[in-house]
Amino acid sequence: MKAHVIVFPGSNCDRDVAVSLGEAMGRPPEMLWHGETEIPETDLIVLPGGFSYGDYLRCGAIAAKSPIMRDVVKKAEAGTRVLGICNGFQVLTEAGLLPGVLMQNASLKYICRDVMIRVERTDTAFAGKYGNGGVLRIPIAHHEGNYNADDDTLDRLEGDGRVAFRYCTADGDPSAEANPNGSARNIAGIYNEAGTVLGLMPHPERLADPELGGTDGSPMFTSLVEALQ
Amino acid sequence: MSATATAEITPDLVAEHGLSVEEYQRICAILEREPNITELGVFSVMWSEHCSYKSSRVWLKDFPTTGPQVICGPGENAGVVDIGDGQAVIFKMESHNHPSYIEPYQGAATGVGGIMRDVFTMGARPIALMNALRFGDPSHEKTRHLVSGVVSGIGGYGNCVGVPTVGGEVNFDPSYNGNILVNAMCVGLADTDNIFYAVAESADKPVIYVGSKTGRDGIHGATMASAEFAEDSEEKRPTVQVGDPFTEKLLIEACLELMAEDAIIGIQDMGAAGLTSSSVEMAGKSGVGIELNLDHVPCREDAMTAYEMLLSESQERMLMVLRPGHEDAARAIFEKWGLDFAVIGKTTDTGRLVVTHQGRIEADIPVLPVSSEAPLYNRPWSETPAPPEIAPEDVDMPMSAGEALVKLMGSPDLCSRRWVWEQYDHMVMADTVARPGGDAAVVRVHGTDKGIAITTDVTPRYVDADPAEGGKQAVAEAWRNLTATGALPLAITDCLNFGSPERPEIMGQFVGAVKGMSEACLVLAFPVVSGNVSFYNETNGKGILPTPAVGGVGLLDDATKRASIDLKPGDDTLVLIGPERGHLGQSLFLREMHERSEGAPPPVDLDGEKAAGDLIRALIAEGITSTVHDCSDGGLYVAVAEMALAGGRGADILAGDTGLPTHAVLFGEDQGRYVIACSQTNAEAVLTRAAEAAIPARMAGTVGGGALTNDGKDPISLKELSAVHAGWLPGYMDGV
Repeated sequence: MKAHVIVFPGSNCDRDVAVSLGEAMGRPPEMLWHGETEIPETDLIVLPGGFSYGDYLRCGAIAAKSPIMRDVVKKAEAGTRVLGICNGFQVLTEAGLLPGVLMQNASLKYICRDVMIRVERTDTAFAGKYGNGGVLRIPIAHHEGNYNADDDTLDRLEGDGRVAFRYCTADGDPSAEANPNGSARNIAGIYNEAGTVLGLMPHPERLADPELGGTDGSPMFTSLVEALQ
Repeated sequence: MSATATAEITPDLVAEHGLSVEEYQRICAILEREPNITELGVFSVMWSEHCSYKSSRVWLKDFPTTGPQVICGPGENAGVVDIGDGQAVIFKMESHNHPSYIEPYQGAATGVGGIMRDVFTMGARPIALMNALRFGDPSHEKTRHLVSGVVSGIGGYGNCVGVPTVGGEVNFDPSYNGNILVNAMCVGLADTDNIFYAVAESADKPVIYVGSKTGRDGIHGATMASAEFAEDSEEKRPTVQVGDPFTEKLLIEACLELMAEDAIIGIQDMGAAGLTSSSVEMAGKSGVGIELNLDHVPCREDAMTAYEMLLSESQERMLMVLRPGHEDAARAIFEKWGLDFAVIGKTTDTGRLVVTHQGRIEADIPVLPVSSEAPLYNRPWSETPAPPEIAPEDVDMPMSAGEALVKLMGSPDLCSRRWVWEQYDHMVMADTVARPGGDAAVVRVHGTDKGIAITTDVTPRYVDADPAEGGKQAVAEAWRNLTATGALPLAITDCLNFGSPERPEIMGQFVGAVKGMSEACLVLAFPVVSGNVSFYNETNGKGILPTPAVGGVGLLDDATKRASIDLKPGDDTLVLIGPERGHLGQSLFLREMHERSEGAPPPVDLDGEKAAGDLIRALIAEGITSTVHDCSDGGLYVAVAEMALAGGRGADILAGDTGLPTHAVLFGEDQGRYVIACSQTNAEAVLTRAAEAAIPARMAGTVGGGALTNDGKDPISLKELSAVHAGWLPGYMDGV
């Protein structure tokens, strides 16, 4: 499996995801500067968390126009797996690879804490190792993670089974109290139509090491390795 | 104070620059003529209290600053301490008090940015941020706004740069109503063979400006930091700088990329007093001169004068002296990161700072007198009167111990700080193995099992009552908090926040605190490697509580063997290590139950402290316990309650047979103590080990259930306690 992590100037979770993914792969993925125009042959493209261009205006809006993104979009449309975490999810929506927007958190505050998310689908390259689904404890760390889209889009996402993860209680109940940021229908992550592009706000790479307090993030990376061998 | 080189230097202008008549005469003697306005500005910032430490230097030299672990002590941008395997931690804490009061978001944000630059300018990648925050009375009309702004400013900066803010402390006291304290600390990691200093080496080396463009923001920030506040302080908003964390991130990456090559002779961030202090300090340290041509300085505003460019405190800028011939390679790196890069001058052998702008010499000053011959004052000081001792028997118990515990755990100074640290990204870099909320945060040395423990501590009410004991206690508590994780304490940085040094009683507090800190540092082998003094923290003549904040750093050889405060499944017995005297003077119990801020603070027995700490570290390393909490504010009962809440397990505390009133046992703030939890068998071993080392220790209770009790009675459910503990701060911030 070949994997590339895109590095925007303000990416700051690029190393973190490279470590977790590298652990699953048995060797580190390639890091690719955003100023490049072409991604070498690859099975997985990762858009990491961070503040790609400072994100003082709309998160991910400038990154979506950076040179490398033309090839990201091209390869995504051709079926290459793309994983966008946090800021990467924001970039994917700005680039039009995923529908909807990520608005400011309902609390208007930055939130960094572990949350529970329910695995909504396990038949993708990203989630195969999550078995029968279940509830994961994964950290969030964002100021703009409040997912929203018009009702038609939301209904279509639900109908097509494209909701990847939903904020929930420890028992798996996607209640209002379990929703940390105001996201519509407790959505924490979504797939594109083909299930080949995943964007999510929680950071699986931050709980993929027992020393960090949990390993619920690890199966995402081992799933990808198994699916894309 | 817009100025041109032709402005007449009047006594008023001299005074506006914060210079005394004597200091002005000294400037004239150095120059052998009157200065022009630009030169006056240079002297004004370099000789400000903030940059020159003119009132404190005479005392700071008493700090112990050496040890086998110390690679570089005070005097550089930050302190450097060896952690073995060819690596070092580089760290410092600094105040950004006045700007944060005037404009809390930007003031706090730029405080974080500035301290990070102090660390990465030495070649270290920042790996953790901490802070020490002090706000006024919660009922004061401004407090909520200031808390909100400062916390989001700290988060806004650190989160974007991508360095975890792993903890800190927050306290409230009416003395900070008009002068909050925002002290930010940064810890970085470097290779010992690739550390950079603020030097210029020798003549004919290119002087390079990199980073953001220069604007008119922050002119006279250093001078503002060196004067007290009055009613008009909010009119000083234009002297507060605006932070750009994205540019800081780029600057870190570009500097570290260049530092991997052999191109840099010296580098210094443009912090307080901007271009002036960075160039003068680098030249001064190497005994060379420096020529600057301001025509080449990247500016973001039109028609900036030499005075403005030299004094601007625009953020995210660095000055470097490069090895000749490396300019093009260096330029390519900074351009890749989209940053300005300009050769603005060179070093010379004249020993003078010569500044030209538009073909005219705007300043021509001998470097050494400005950089190292700043005025030095031995200010008059008066010793703080010794406070009366308060005997435990003389303090009543107005309610049950359980009710008192609930009241304390829900008080502003003891309630959960989760509302604060959840706004900080404390996990980015994926090495935060001990998150906020414990005694000290622990971040892993990337790619190894080693851990760096970090804490910030001071108990201002103790320092106020007895500066020397309070100074000792601040150092001892930092040492204890690191020890409680299993880390070996290495060294400290400090941020000494006091009122006006021109008042003998304030100077007396400062002198006492420094003496107490020095003594503790010496006995605990815990030297000071960097720091900052912030005087003039007062408004309308009323000073803050003296607040010498200590930032401690320790090393865990194996972070997988660390201890934490949460009661764990295997824990069934509590053991109290350390002396029990039931000291209630200056305790939170006395303040919260009786509204009395009185008495002498608990004394610190440094030898006992050291013995207890060494035992704790050994117990953790041997795996006898992995649950340890230091016993500080609120005493034994609060310590156990915090352990219970963190682990979700109840406990019964044994008040014991000490001959003291029960409430003094439960809430006394005796120093040098830890609570540990372990199995019954291990607890017996612990008592034996303590007895062998002549350290007081006793069984202090049992673990289990869903409530806290004392001597089996007076149950408080964890659910109730948790609600009170977690509830105060969010409720307060929501205005409930």
